[in-house]
Amino acid sequence: MNQETRPLRSTPLQSTPRRRTIFIRRHTVVTRLSHWLNVVCLSFLILSGLQIFNAYPRLHWGQYGMDSDPAFLTIGASENHGMPQGFVKTGSGTIPTTGVLGLSKVEGEWASRAFPTWLTFPSYQDLAAGRNWHFFFAWVFVINGLIYLGHGVLSGHFRRDLAVRRHELAPRHIWREILDHARLRFPAGEAARHYNVLQKLTYIGVIAGLLPLMILTGLTLSPGMDAAFPSLLDIFGGRQSARSLHFITASLLVVFVIVHVAMVILSGPWNNLRSMVTGRYAIRRKEPDA
Amino acid sequence: MTDLTRRRFLIGSALGVSALALSGCDRLEQNPEVGGVIRSAEKLTMRAQRLLLGRDALAREFAETDISPAFRVNGTSAPDGEAYAQLVEGNFANWRLKIDGLVDRPLELSLADLKKLPARTQITCHDCVEGWSAIAKWTGVPLGSLLAATGLKPSARFAVFHCADELEKTLDGSGRYYESIDLIDAFHPQTILAYRMNDRDLSVGHGAPLRLRVERQLGYKQAKYIMHIEIVDSFAALWGGKGGFWEDRGYEWYAGI
Repeated sequence: MNQETRPLRSTPLQSTPRRRTIFIRRHTVVTRLSHWLNVVCLSFLILSGLQIFNAYPRLHWGQYGMDSDPAFLTIGASENHGMPQGFVKTGSGTIPTTGVLGLSKVEGEWASRAFPTWLTFPSYQDLAAGRNWHFFFAWVFVINGLIYLGHGVLSGHFRRDLAVRRHELAPRHIWREILDHARLRFPAGEAARHYNVLQKLTYIGVIAGLLPLMILTGLTLSPGMDAAFPSLLDIFGGRQSARSLHFITASLLVVFVIVHVAMVILSGPWNNLRSMVTGRYAIRRKEPDA
Repeated sequence: MTDLTRRRFLIGSALGVSALALSGCDRLEQNPEVGGVIRSAEKLTMRAQRLLLGRDALAREFAETDISPAFRVNGTSAPDGEAYAQLVEGNFANWRLKIDGLVDRPLELSLADLKKLPARTQITCHDCVEGWSAIAKWTGVPLGSLLAATGLKPSARFAVFHCADELEKTLDGSGRYYESIDLIDAFHPQTILAYRMNDRDLSVGHGAPLRLRVERQLGYKQAKYIMHIEIVDSFAALWGGKGGFWEDRGYEWYAGI
């Protein structure tokens, strides 16, 4: 979102001469490339991550954890009146999830697997392949992220577009934006040039919170990295805690992606998509033709 | 580009990506060229970790109170075969550890010989590739001290551990467990040949009489039932050629991640 406006084209809409559409350069080429590379990375990371999770579908807190140790989340299958049943167990509650979690069909046959074939990569059980793909895309993701961060700082993108202004943090301002979002009223005209405060806070939360947490908890799962940086184990409270936080953070990222895609669709899918592909974002101005 | 062609391009690429995602994924994994690129990340990971680790960075050691109540017996729980059964029956008195290959003075050691050597005790976390972990106390002989005693020929690069257990039944014996590490890990102070676990003799389930502890790597590197250590310059000629039972089945040779 560059401040400078370059009206690439101004086409008066046929019947209303007072409205004109201008195009601004919204996203730089670095932002656009890193965004779409991130889409590819996160897709493979999440699907291969669920493949890895399936090898041991229980989550613990602490340094150690296996079969007989208490788990706060278990996805599994059991017999219920002679019928196999998939379940998700959290604390004391058990939810039947036959067909999706714990027990699902593999090539037409019921199979005991935590996440179903359509949510894992590869679709069939193959921990070695899942790990290879996970680590390859983890590297791409980290390198891509570093380029994006470097560019964001050096180009002024973060300072200009993501930094929250003091007046935006006023409770009344935030509350109004929440109401506007809830009513699906999105900024138009001049206001659409900039991210609103909810967007800024969300993007900052993802860029500076969830994504670094993803990487750090992932690194804590590596015995090599734990030997190089033993404090990782102290920060997250152990390898099993780090594994659980890795899973929880990934789930929050999935929630972010769902909301993000919903917002893109609700606030003008073509304009948003175009701006992330070509960089050009249309703004409709209500003003007399010059 | 007009709006319409742009729109078509966007729809087209979105559809293309989803189609690829739904149908092509497994085929991507099975394509050897793609697989080669994907697996190249292992070398990058190993180089980066070695750079950060240096030779002697130690894995975290825990307190007695951190030892986990249970420790899963994974892989083989008891090797098959008459030979191993007889060893168990004789309380491993007839067992000998052979160290040979690219060494100056090959060695043969009994369990009693090993127990007389200076030992190291460490309480460490065993991280399985599947995701679980367990903490235990291990006592054994540092591998580096044995290799110093045998002396290594200049061409020596890897230590290969040949084990008594067959994890997969095959006609050609390629299901026999084996593992390998390079000399950096072989001479690491925490790399020991353990004969005690949690203050008791190593049980059959956990690899009696001797198992490897190489603490900066995952569980499948911690070979159990060690019979023979061979120093080699390459493991290409051994079984699948990838340096280990699980490595021959697609897992990384460098298991620091």
